[in-house]
Amino acid sequence: MPELLVESAGVPRARAMVARAEWAARTFATYDKPSVDRIVRAAAKALADHAAEFAKAAVAETGFGVADHKALKNLACSTGLVDHYRDHDYVTPRIDVDAKIVEVPRPAGVIFALTPSTNPVATTSFKILLALMTRSAVIVSPHPLAKDVCSAAAKVMAEAALAAGAPDGVIQWVAEPSIPLINALMTDERVDVIVATGGSAVVRSAYRSGNPAIGVGPGNVPVLVDRTADIPAAAARIIESKSFDNSILCTNESVVIVESAVADKFVSAMVHEGGFLLNPEDRDRIRELVFPDGHFDIRFVGKDATWIAAEAGIRVPANTKVLIAPFDLAVPEEPLAHEKLCPVLGLIKVPTAARGIEVARAVLRITGAGHSAAIHSRDAQTVLAFGAGVPVYRVSVNVGNSLGSSGIHTNLAPSMTIGTGYAGRSSVGENLQPSHLIHWTRLAYNADVREVLPDFTGLSPWTAATGSVPPYPQASNLSTANVAPPRAQDDATELREEIRRLIVEELHQIIKG
Amino acid sequence: MSHDYGFFSFESKDEVLAKSKEFWNPGKTQFWIDEGVPLVIDRREGYFIYDMSGKRLIDTHLNGGTYNLGHRNPEVVSAIESAMTHFDIGNHHFPSLARTALAEALIAGAPPGLTKVVYGSGGGEAIDIALKTARHATQKRKIVSIVKAYHGHTGLAVATGDDRFSKLFLSEQPDDFPHVPFNDLAAMEEALVGRDVAAVIMETIPATYGFPLPNPGYLEAVKAMCERYDALYIADEVQTGLMRTGELWGISKHGISPDIMVTGKGISGGMYPISAVLVNEKAAGWLTEDGFGHISTFGGAEVGCIAALKSLEICSRPETRSMVHYISDLIGRGMRSIQDLYPDWFVGIRQNGVILGLEFADPQGAKFVMRRLYEHGVWAIFSTLDPRVLQFKPGLLLTPELCEELLDRAQVAIGLARDDVARAGRKAS
Ligand SMILES: Cc1ncc(COP(=O)(O)O)c(C=O)c1O
Repeated sequence: MPELLVESAGVPRARAMVARAEWAARTFATYDKPSVDRIVRAAAKALADHAAEFAKAAVAETGFGVADHKALKNLACSTGLVDHYRDHDYVTPRIDVDAKIVEVPRPAGVIFALTPSTNPVATTSFKILLALMTRSAVIVSPHPLAKDVCSAAAKVMAEAALAAGAPDGVIQWVAEPSIPLINALMTDERVDVIVATGGSAVVRSAYRSGNPAIGVGPGNVPVLVDRTADIPAAAARIIESKSFDNSILCTNESVVIVESAVADKFVSAMVHEGGFLLNPEDRDRIRELVFPDGHFDIRFVGKDATWIAAEAGIRVPANTKVLIAPFDLAVPEEPLAHEKLCPVLGLIKVPTAARGIEVARAVLRITGAGHSAAIHSRDAQTVLAFGAGVPVYRVSVNVGNSLGSSGIHTNLAPSMTIGTGYAGRSSVGENLQPSHLIHWTRLAYNADVREVLPDFTGLSPWTAATGSVPPYPQASNLSTANVAPPRAQDDATELREEIRRLIVEELHQIIKG
Repeated sequence: MSHDYGFFSFESKDEVLAKSKEFWNPGKTQFWIDEGVPLVIDRREGYFIYDMSGKRLIDTHLNGGTYNLGHRNPEVVSAIESAMTHFDIGNHHFPSLARTALAEALIAGAPPGLTKVVYGSGGGEAIDIALKTARHATQKRKIVSIVKAYHGHTGLAVATGDDRFSKLFLSEQPDDFPHVPFNDLAAMEEALVGRDVAAVIMETIPATYGFPLPNPGYLEAVKAMCERYDALYIADEVQTGLMRTGELWGISKHGISPDIMVTGKGISGGMYPISAVLVNEKAAGWLTEDGFGHISTFGGAEVGCIAALKSLEICSRPETRSMVHYISDLIGRGMRSIQDLYPDWFVGIRQNGVILGLEFADPQGAKFVMRRLYEHGVWAIFSTLDPRVLQFKPGLLLTPELCEELLDRAQVAIGLARDDVARAGRKAS
């Protein structure tokens, strides 16, 4: 076999995708609001129609997570997201009469979106819809573990968007992701912004790429339950949230910190909800098993609590959802204080809420700064002290953190990408939302009162999308140019041939007649 | 400033021009000086070529599509570099790795019915192969082409074209090579009705004639006539192939499955000469009867095959197709709005994809535009056989920015050329 030096497969194709995306973005940036709405709705619906199917496929392909929970997120990140932003407008110019400033939204252009294995379809849908709402083209690069289901998801959305009038190539995806390919795309100067969700390595290289980037850091969620909390409710919410999608999200609780005064009551309530309290020997066994040599064994990512217990030789009730592992000190050498991508929950008892805040800070010193934390309390003072003391940019209050921080059970921006801000080495501290993907051109009038702002109401620089974009390149002398052939889909050749035959037949008639 | 290229050096551009006349081609060298396009291409990269003076030009001549993918396309360059670590031209007598692989790829993307590939080293040779193939298959001699056809300058090909190039070398063969006017079905039928024609050879859009578009149904009707009168249909896709029309082969847009199809120029990305003839089973007989029937040492050179495999793959990408549709839309709209500025001067736009013939209201109009474009950083060539018409062939992989820049330059240059013509007219009268 000769050794030929050939560029890594897919890299040239990926560059071609960026070139195509540039064209799509250029055209999409001129679409008006009704056209954009139509496209966004169509793409969201296409994903929602497959929510359950893609959820199952994601679990099957990655080997982790819970299909029902993923289906819920798929809906939340498709039609749910569109519904949430129903009254928002990222297209029409805004007029600030008092400031005498007119603001024209300008899309990012070409977005390179990396999606994780843990939330594959929901994040894919989320980022695609954010791009569409703000009129950018997007290239999705899924995590290699979830590439098939993400490609399938991107494809149904792309087809629906196209059918609704989106420019060709506005949604593209990398079917076979690889490190060289991702590097090539990240460093491609034609990419306007990288939106990276995934491991730290990916996020760091996004920031190193030289391109504008929005990447978010990891989580390691501490949750404080103080003596004023509604204990049964807190226990139920925490168990539900910790077991959500078998705890593979960056938003699942990692360590629960409880005030001693209510600890026993709280632990029994958690057990009642499906928690299983490990005794010290079993706790050590779980630690040994899940963190051999102190490092997390990825075999356990997103696995059921009962399966993990069985692997450790621990008998637990069949309805066990979460294994509760008590320990005393949150320090780096304690594996249970680290992020655990499986339904094992650390438990630390503290004498006071103030001490609890210190422990929460200790958890976040290990990892997860800037991300999220939760508190269950009825005391505003404590909630405020927690919020001010713990270095995160969102705190879920009296709600499970998995769906709380991601804005599904709170009124935060619904998001699969949790901005970890400067504390978490990110440029964005909010939940990623459409507004992060546009900048505004501000037409600023002379502040002098003699200079009057004319009436801009009803003016729009954008146009409605009509027909296929771009139009099929008919010969300029063809009177049949208005017979639009089918879109530039590779599998549409047959249909195209059929139409071609019909046209030719017609022409023959004309020539003969 | 001396120009040292390592392998050779020149003191100045003037020295190059002088020696070009002395040792190479005085006629051609002088022609371009006289035309106001004193170009000696130095650096080349993407869609830019640079004169020795450093002047940058956007290339929209692309040598008839040779540089479809840009000059020194990095993917093609790297394919050739890799290929050269293992392959050379190969031995044309033996079955070959690269020739087989390319043939399979060409057939996979070809109009239905084409089954085998014969290789040449240039377009003219490929045309000769096509014509010989048709003669063998039909056992007839006559080849019908259109008036002002251009299929190259080799032995048979030159006879299909304008007699400017055959007479010079005493090579006209009017009896065997009748020419009929383009878009004239009656004339075509008259030429074919005697059933003594081996083949009609037809460019899908005649390039050197200024890209006059076939009337709707014309090519389809010619193909039908070929079937009726037992002649083969040879599609010369040297300029119209390889995605220029927004489909891989221009002829596919007409739903025509030719008996023989010729490709060259852009097939190997302008980096290594190669050409190919695709034939259907009806035409392929000689390849079995006497496989040594056409011999060409460099035909199907294996390094060229690899360049071609890569170029064909790039041209066939859905991304490329999509971009060509975008480019053709933007350039088409841009040209129409320039035309709106000068309707009495810029009188016509012939367009199919990124093939454009721009018509001007003066018998030599395209030469005026060519000069002004050159001055304004764009290289596009007039049509040799109809100098009213400028050939304008933007690349397949142009960026939106470069298209916009190209249109800016074109708008100014076309306007200035109009004034030039008016001035020249005043002087003449
Ligand atoms: C349509 C067409 N066919 C054939 C040829 C001949 O190709 P070559 O110059 O490679 O011999 C040309 C060259 O310009 C051409 O334009």
